[in-house]
Amino acid sequence: MNYPDDLKYTKEHEWLRIESETTVVVGITEYAADELGDVVFVELPDVGAAVSAMGVFGEIESVKAVSELYSPVDGTVVERNEELDDTPELVNDLAYGDGWMIKIELSDPSQLDGLMSAADYQQFLATL
Amino acid sequence: MSQLLTTPLHRTHVSMGARMVPFSGWDMPVQYATILEEVDAVREKVGIFDVSHMGRLFVSGPGAGAFVSRVFSSDVSNLRRGRAKYGVTCNEEGGIIDDNIVYRLGEERYLYVPNAGNREAVSEWLHRWAPTDGSVEIEDAADRLAMIAIQGPSAKLTFSKIAGPTLDKIRPFRIAPVDIDGESVLTARTGYTGEDGYEIMPSSENVAAVWNALVEADAIPCGLASRDLLRLEAAFLLHGNDMDTSINPYEAGLDRFVDPDRDDYIPGEALRRIRDEGTSRKLVGFEMVGRGIARHGYDITDGKEKIGEVSSGSVSFTLDKNIGLGYVPTGFSAVGTQLWIQIRRRSIEAVVRPLPFYSRRAS
Repeated sequence: MNYPDDLKYTKEHEWLRIESETTVVVGITEYAADELGDVVFVELPDVGAAVSAMGVFGEIESVKAVSELYSPVDGTVVERNEELDDTPELVNDLAYGDGWMIKIELSDPSQLDGLMSAADYQQFLATL
Repeated sequence: MSQLLTTPLHRTHVSMGARMVPFSGWDMPVQYATILEEVDAVREKVGIFDVSHMGRLFVSGPGAGAFVSRVFSSDVSNLRRGRAKYGVTCNEEGGIIDDNIVYRLGEERYLYVPNAGNREAVSEWLHRWAPTDGSVEIEDAADRLAMIAIQGPSAKLTFSKIAGPTLDKIRPFRIAPVDIDGESVLTARTGYTGEDGYEIMPSSENVAAVWNALVEADAIPCGLASRDLLRLEAAFLLHGNDMDTSINPYEAGLDRFVDPDRDDYIPGEALRRIRDEGTSRKLVGFEMVGRGIARHGYDITDGKEKIGEVSSGSVSFTLDKNIGLGYVPTGFSAVGTQLWIQIRRRSIEAVVRPLPFYSRRAS
């Protein structure tokens, strides 16, 4: 499985790509997508919704299970991936690409410092 | 946690990279590939499943036919040799202990196949009612024999690559021995996926070789997750989800498999009463109208009050819909009736649909 070096990671298996100083894109890692198996439903917040670090921002459902999605940071949703409404399997196929979930405008960019690097995340996975 | 049981194919599953999960006390493969790929394999080509965790009880002796008919939901003493019959095993109150296929193997020999989770319950029930005069013998052959389901439109073509010529004679719902690499293997043309196919019972020693030969012949190894979805599309009930001892076969919509008008039939009196009085709830199939996936245990409402529960539910890859089964008051069971499924915080619209959701094209 692949964990790109340019992303940040959380223990809840979300990834985060820094797009600018104030916006980030969030999705779930290949590990999480593989654990869930065939993703069949993703429920995402509307644009404008507030999200908070460690707070639930949505739900992801596979044939086998339902899981909650946790925001890595505080902020406001500025874009949601509409493609996932009809093709949720993108999360399995392209976890770090077309399977992205939401774009967040950060309230506090310093929160990014607390997230894991790809190497840290892989070390964390090894402990599971 | 108690030790999980393993089938003779366990090592094969693990070495082939299957994801293993506990199921009814067994460590079983839940999936080999993605569930979608496995469903497609069975609907379009051929998949194989390890179903060795199911039971295999041979009932033999001069009293076998009469005895099996006392516990099974239809008279199998007049079933022709080499034929199979689907039905249920009910307790004295008419509650469903298990659903089963009974095969007539010979004049005085039957095979009774229980589900994995009900092996003990069915075995106990049979032993409880078996005549003690020596006219019936029950052999639990689940350790001696394994079981593989070969399912899909190419099942016959694929299986014929490793099976002897007698395979040709086995029509749907028949059973006969077939030669596989020198071993005579009991082969039934039955299954749990809604496709053509076979359930074969090689010896535990040879089953891994048979499995590997099927894989060599291009059968796709599949796990329990796709099996559960395939059976739901075909509206085959799963005991423990869609029925249990608190449910009778009339509620479960299994009327056509039950002949209660037999003097010796143990639950006969209870089932005749249930049939004559009618039931207040019924199993229905439904399709989601709104976005959401129903799952076992979710509430069914009329929009306000709870009226029942979902017994099985999933996405259907084959039909590109979200489908489910559940029990509702009889007044809500007509096709087209609007229902609401409480999916966590949301109430999502559904509609009663005819069953099965999927049936294969006539070949």
